[in-house]
Amino acid sequence: MTSGFFWLDTFVKVAIALGFMLGLALPVIYAELKIMAHMQNRVGPYYAGGRWGWAQPIADGLKFVQKEDLVPADADAPVFKTAPYVVIMATIAIFVVIPLGPDLVARDLDLGAFYLLAISSIGTLGVLMAGWSSANKYSLMGGLRAAAQLIAYELPLLLAVLAVVVQAGTMSLTGIVEAQSAAITIGPISVSLPFILTGQIISFVIFVIAMVAELSRIPFDMPIAESELTMGYLTEYSSVRFSMFFLAEYASLIALSMVVATLFLGGYFVPLVPEAWLNLVGPMVVLGKAALIVFFVLWIRSTFPRLREDQLQNLAWRWLIPISLVNILVISFFAVAI
Amino acid sequence: MTDRDIAMRHRSEVAVSVELETPGMTLNIGPQHPSTHGVLRLIANVDGERIISVQPVIGYMHRGYEKLSEVRTYVQITTLVNRIDWVAGFASEVPYIVAVERLMGVEPPERAQWIRLILSELARIASHLVFMSSYPLELGAITPLFHALRDRERVLELIEGVTGGRFHPNFNRVGGVKPAAGAGKQQRGVSQDIPAGWFAQTQSTMERIFGMCDDLDTLVVGNELFKARTVGVGIIPADRAIEYGLSGPNLRASGVPYDLRKVEPHLPYPEVEFNVISAESGDCHDRYVVRLNEIREAAKIVLQAVDKIPSGPLVAKVPRLIKVPKGQTYVRGENPKGEFGYYIISEGGQKPYRMKIRSTSFSNLSILPWILEGQLIPDLVAVMGSLDFVLGDVDR
Repeated sequence: MTSGFFWLDTFVKVAIALGFMLGLALPVIYAELKIMAHMQNRVGPYYAGGRWGWAQPIADGLKFVQKEDLVPADADAPVFKTAPYVVIMATIAIFVVIPLGPDLVARDLDLGAFYLLAISSIGTLGVLMAGWSSANKYSLMGGLRAAAQLIAYELPLLLAVLAVVVQAGTMSLTGIVEAQSAAITIGPISVSLPFILTGQIISFVIFVIAMVAELSRIPFDMPIAESELTMGYLTEYSSVRFSMFFLAEYASLIALSMVVATLFLGGYFVPLVPEAWLNLVGPMVVLGKAALIVFFVLWIRSTFPRLREDQLQNLAWRWLIPISLVNILVISFFAVAI
Repeated sequence: MTDRDIAMRHRSEVAVSVELETPGMTLNIGPQHPSTHGVLRLIANVDGERIISVQPVIGYMHRGYEKLSEVRTYVQITTLVNRIDWVAGFASEVPYIVAVERLMGVEPPERAQWIRLILSELARIASHLVFMSSYPLELGAITPLFHALRDRERVLELIEGVTGGRFHPNFNRVGGVKPAAGAGKQQRGVSQDIPAGWFAQTQSTMERIFGMCDDLDTLVVGNELFKARTVGVGIIPADRAIEYGLSGPNLRASGVPYDLRKVEPHLPYPEVEFNVISAESGDCHDRYVVRLNEIREAAKIVLQAVDKIPSGPLVAKVPRLIKVPKGQTYVRGENPKGEFGYYIISEGGQKPYRMKIRSTSFSNLSILPWILEGQLIPDLVAVMGSLDFVLGDVDR
């Protein structure tokens, strides 16, 4: 689907990507406002947009645009200004490999899972840039906490995906979904089951925990930690640059939730739907499955307090990594034996 | 290249060639920081995330109440004293007014004493509910705030129903409590001192408070991550707590069951049954649990008092112009946050010669430099929050 004009192509693709990201991030922000409100005996946004406060995220975004774009006098200005772009780029790049249907995927890389893990860690680089360049001690501590956090969650995340790759026999995300749609025949019954039901439950749990840590959300929001570091690496940001961090946070929440849906919940595949229709219903299915994960993450946020950085390291190195190594061993054994 | 540049370059080369030292970083926390409860400032010397030493700087909210009270009459001072610890305004009025009454030799009528008792306990519930909501928030949990503050609103409505003020009731009078509005000869016969239906509303609100305490038990106290953050953090041994003059729930959490309501009550506390809540280890978790259980005890006291309150006049016979004879006295009471006392010296006349306020939070805060030494920055917030101080109470 190319028009032959390089710039036109590029422009259209960028517009689609941006629209897609905004179109997903804004509903997630709204969902967070509303769902958390109802969990906390509140109404949440009510007036913006006339009904149910549906326009609240848009109004918030417009408010940020109106603010002055401040750069602290002592800040390392080029780095300070680039940091939000690095973060948001890493988020958008995740969407490239997520299949929304058998043919609906921006680029079905053979090393899809590998690419995904590599690109999603780049966001931390942006966070570190933001923390370092802000010339603020709180920001610096926030940035360094984010870097330290990466050491904790990255390995469990990788090992959890590795277990899935071993079972699927491919790193392509489309291939992983196809592996889950393959029918399993037990006696007279023949069903297709997602990986979460066929032995990947431990990887699923580990992946979700590590994902929450990667997203820096409660209980792992130490890099931001309002009550300790005022706003962590975001302290000095304002205006559009702040809203870019904000959007990136929610966009990566939905992106990683879609990854969970793809890896563990069967992706775009639903039983009883003919193959030809999957391109049509696929996006809805993926987003629906991702919405479950998003809801779970919001639920966690309104339940738990924040952990300490050393407690996250303890959790990751003493529990998550050994468990996922054993998990891989078991899954490899079955993959070879069966 | 100027001389200065050369000198700078030389200095930087020297600095690189010697062994690298990482000196402590000075981190200025506050006075505008989300978790310093107003305007406390901490100058922390940190090594990475570990705190080497902390120096609290107070006085950003000093309003000079001790001096102000020297130029005000005894009646006017009641307006000041409930602004010292504003989350429990009524409770800080009582010891002051009792001190004045003792100096004058006035005994307030029984009904007034019981009303003071009920409102003091309501203030205790209101104060502890602020702690119940703000402390989890400092640890990152958002939801308990809304649960606790929702029911605190009910309690404030009760206080407002009797006194007309939510935070600053200004309801005590020398010799009793404020009679109902327009208390002339005719009104006094009707005895409309407490609004109709108020006692029934109090009972139903206390039932809600019990339910909310159970909610917090499951949502916060039993929360694994909350335990991970608080158990064994910021331990204050009993002897340390006494040395630093801690009082109230902070002292009782360290295993000293000392409660002025039992030790030297000036309200009819001996006639109600309640337990002095104390814990053993003195960590942050214990301080939370002690306060949570104190809410339950306070609600029980209120329910008993509502049953037992006698009828009668609200104000004892006092002269229209309050003049206090020469003398001095110290009266202390169990404020929600601990021991709260007024030392009044009277040279006779309408104004005190000197009034010293022994405010709870000031003494409770004094342990900060000792307890924060060697803690991590996240624990700084956890420990500081668990002491439950109000800056207005620290600075006076």
